[in-house]
Amino acid sequence: MNAIIAQPDDSLAQLDNLATLAQDVIHRCRAAGASDAEVGASIDTGLSVNVRLGEVETVEHNRDRAFGVTVYFGQRKGSASTADLAPDSIAKTIEQACAIAKYTEADPYAGLADPARLARVFPDLDLWHPWNLDAQGAIGLGIEIEDAGRALDGISNSDGASIQSGGSLGVYANSQGFVGRERGTRHSLSCSLIAQDGNGMQRDYWYESERAAGDFPDAASIGARAAQRTLARRGARKLDTRACPVLFAPEVARGLIGHLVSAVSGGALYRKASFLVDHAGKNLFPGFVQIVERPHIPRGQASANFDNEGVATADSDLVRAGILERYVLGSYSARRLGLASTGNAGGIHNLIVEPGADDFTGMLKKLGTGLLVTEVMGQGVSIVTGDYSRGAAGFWVENGTIAYPVEEITIASNLREMFAGIAAIGADVDRRSHIITGSILIDKMTVAGS
Amino acid sequence: MTILAQVERQLLQPGGFSSTDLERVFGQLMGPSIDAADLYFQHSRSESWVLEDGIVREGNHSIEQGVGVRAMSGEKTGFAYSDEIVLPQLLSAAQSARAIARSGNPGAGHALAAREAKALYAPVDPVESLANEDKIALLREVDKFARSLDPCIAQVIVSLTATLDTVLVAAADGTLAADVRPLVRMNVSVIAERNGRRESGNAGGGGRYGYKELLANGRAHAFAREAVRAALVNLDSIPAPAGTMTVVLGPGWPGVLLHEAIGHGFEGDFNRKGTSAFAGRLGEKVASPLCTVVDDGTLPNRRGSLSIDDEGVPGECTTLVENGVLKGYMQDKLNARLMGMRSTGNGRRESFAHLPMPRMTNTYMLPGKSDPDEIIASVERGLYAVNFGGGQVDITNGKFVFSASEAYLIENGKVTRPVKGATLIGSGPEVLTRVSMVGNDLKLDEGVGVCGKDGQSVPVGVGQPTLRIDAMTVGGTAA
Repeated sequence: MNAIIAQPDDSLAQLDNLATLAQDVIHRCRAAGASDAEVGASIDTGLSVNVRLGEVETVEHNRDRAFGVTVYFGQRKGSASTADLAPDSIAKTIEQACAIAKYTEADPYAGLADPARLARVFPDLDLWHPWNLDAQGAIGLGIEIEDAGRALDGISNSDGASIQSGGSLGVYANSQGFVGRERGTRHSLSCSLIAQDGNGMQRDYWYESERAAGDFPDAASIGARAAQRTLARRGARKLDTRACPVLFAPEVARGLIGHLVSAVSGGALYRKASFLVDHAGKNLFPGFVQIVERPHIPRGQASANFDNEGVATADSDLVRAGILERYVLGSYSARRLGLASTGNAGGIHNLIVEPGADDFTGMLKKLGTGLLVTEVMGQGVSIVTGDYSRGAAGFWVENGTIAYPVEEITIASNLREMFAGIAAIGADVDRRSHIITGSILIDKMTVAGS
Repeated sequence: MTILAQVERQLLQPGGFSSTDLERVFGQLMGPSIDAADLYFQHSRSESWVLEDGIVREGNHSIEQGVGVRAMSGEKTGFAYSDEIVLPQLLSAAQSARAIARSGNPGAGHALAAREAKALYAPVDPVESLANEDKIALLREVDKFARSLDPCIAQVIVSLTATLDTVLVAAADGTLAADVRPLVRMNVSVIAERNGRRESGNAGGGGRYGYKELLANGRAHAFAREAVRAALVNLDSIPAPAGTMTVVLGPGWPGVLLHEAIGHGFEGDFNRKGTSAFAGRLGEKVASPLCTVVDDGTLPNRRGSLSIDDEGVPGECTTLVENGVLKGYMQDKLNARLMGMRSTGNGRRESFAHLPMPRMTNTYMLPGKSDPDEIIASVERGLYAVNFGGGQVDITNGKFVFSASEAYLIENGKVTRPVKGATLIGSGPEVLTRVSMVGNDLKLDEGVGVCGKDGQSVPVGVGQPTLRIDAMTVGGTAA
């Protein structure tokens, strides 16, 4: 196997090149008659390796470039993008954006962000940690992870282990003079294993994701955890249809908070496509629930100094003492709602649900007799109505102890009732995503089965 | 000029080379331990227009192009790509891709031989098929029409998208083939509001043609009417039932059942690896004898159709299940070679920057003999589901879900009240054994499907006649 030649880290120079290009394009848009313009440009590079049954399966090298421009002619706007940064293509892209703006209609809310809110300081958030890993090294690591899982008695087959390592460079610039540069690395290790039981096969997986490879736990522990999760699903049964309390394990609990974010996002609100229209300042959760945004956590999964429009990100409460304190807004939706941007164009930056006192075992005790959900399936959540109905798998719990695995069931309720019915939040925090939460116990849901 | 010559000129000429230079690249790619290798050149152009609140406020145009280079040795695949179609980048990507094989001298593939497949769609650029003024006028007209249908309609979003994909495949097995693939889609989504209650409705469709074909026969207005109708029905819906019951699925898009319950489980990669619940079950009974299911990439102008797949193999109609018996898997070249089978023209990739995999095209069940009314009349108590959001499957344990967005109670053989959306869950290897009636009303979907697998999205189609399934779990809240 040939090694990848370790490149010297020229990321800062590449960012400067992207910034120069972005500023040049903005000048050219202005010269073409645009009253305003904004540009996003990025370069992503990475290595992805899959091993299966002790052998390498795929080695993929990627390098993706993207360049997008939006022009404003007064309140009319047009956008165009290209993956090709050659001068010819850039020129064509500017032309296309301007041509489109001739056909779109004046939108009184269109435009760049409020210049007073653009980021001015750019502290180092410690997000850039290239991993000096070649394909051979990645293959070795993958085999180590998978072997550790396959060593467990009962693992009969494997979907493989995968190693991904990548870096992103991004620049956002606009005609108000803003130029923001960001760079970040992201590495992940995962493993998916299969076990046989009387009814067929079960599969489960585990993964870790970090900004710096040095922060990973012992590689073997990832394979072992994937194996334990898979083995625990053997002999899964259906449940009878019933109503009972439901404990969402941390890896699925973050989905519930994700639904909250969708429902309080500007786009859903101004379209009146959310069950939480007009709910700012209202009680959604029990009083112990606190949810805060912390965009500047060093090495955080979604840390950033500015959002997709250059607006400065800031620490802020989303839910305080159970009350929805604000919405999640970019400039456009903020103007539509008569509010100010919350620095969330493009999404949320590290949303933290304040953990409670109980670890996972303590949360099982709090659940008592009910359903522990470790996997949800399908898209059955309506942000318009809050109606929730999804496929699920997990474990039936009796008196605080796991009794047996369950599958082929659904869980259903309405998000409004589920949020109000949160009985406890665990200290078993999962930090692998932009939403950071422990397990969440809901007092009652309908479980449908046989 | 043939499609191949035209595509060669478009994709290769700007970089200063032609298909004869590709043999040099294969010289670099091939070696004693490399079994197969291919190059995939692509140029993709797309546009989208969005109307919201009565004004066309967004328009976007995008261009992507590049070449993907793949080398395979046994079960191993090396892959690299470049967004510049020039020889030095191509040779360097080839070097990275072939590093998958440990050693050996460069070798040679077969001489490239042009392969022409029957074109299933016209090589038109849909972006150019209608003047921009007319696209804007159309969006406005549909918006006005949707709002005129009912005073409860509070919000209307109408979108138009068009893509032209131009691809050239060259492989060390001698394949040299090209395809020009148009794809258009329109979507209408509305919010209805009455007495403080809000519900949404969606409708849309499209296929491999230009805008004019999309708009023929008043289809745009029909989408608006359908979206409004669905939203109004849902304003009257009551909580869905919970538990196991008889389910009748309407014709067309509910065929997403087949895509999830059996389709993915019949893809070659999962079966080669023994990770599918259907692995090793060729020739076994997996459905009721009433069921015959095919994956058909050869339907003219359909969203999921392919004149050639992304490995240069002409699209085929593959029988998956015949009278209840598992007849065949869907294969790409890699998995076919490793399983001693032949490719069925199901090798697909999202773009040049992704590896091909076995994927579905248009998956549907052939019609049966029952009258749809007779199927509903046969059910004492159950659910009649006519429209769905998406679905998902765990191919290893076979459990799958799909979420109804429009459904009704069946009481004493009659369709009665509408119920809220609910997820249906079942087991792929079991669900089709419970099909007790198959309608004579086969319908294909309107052309909206997107299938995701391993992070790659491709357009697909589904279809089926009305089906009666004797027992499925319905995930409502009303016990």
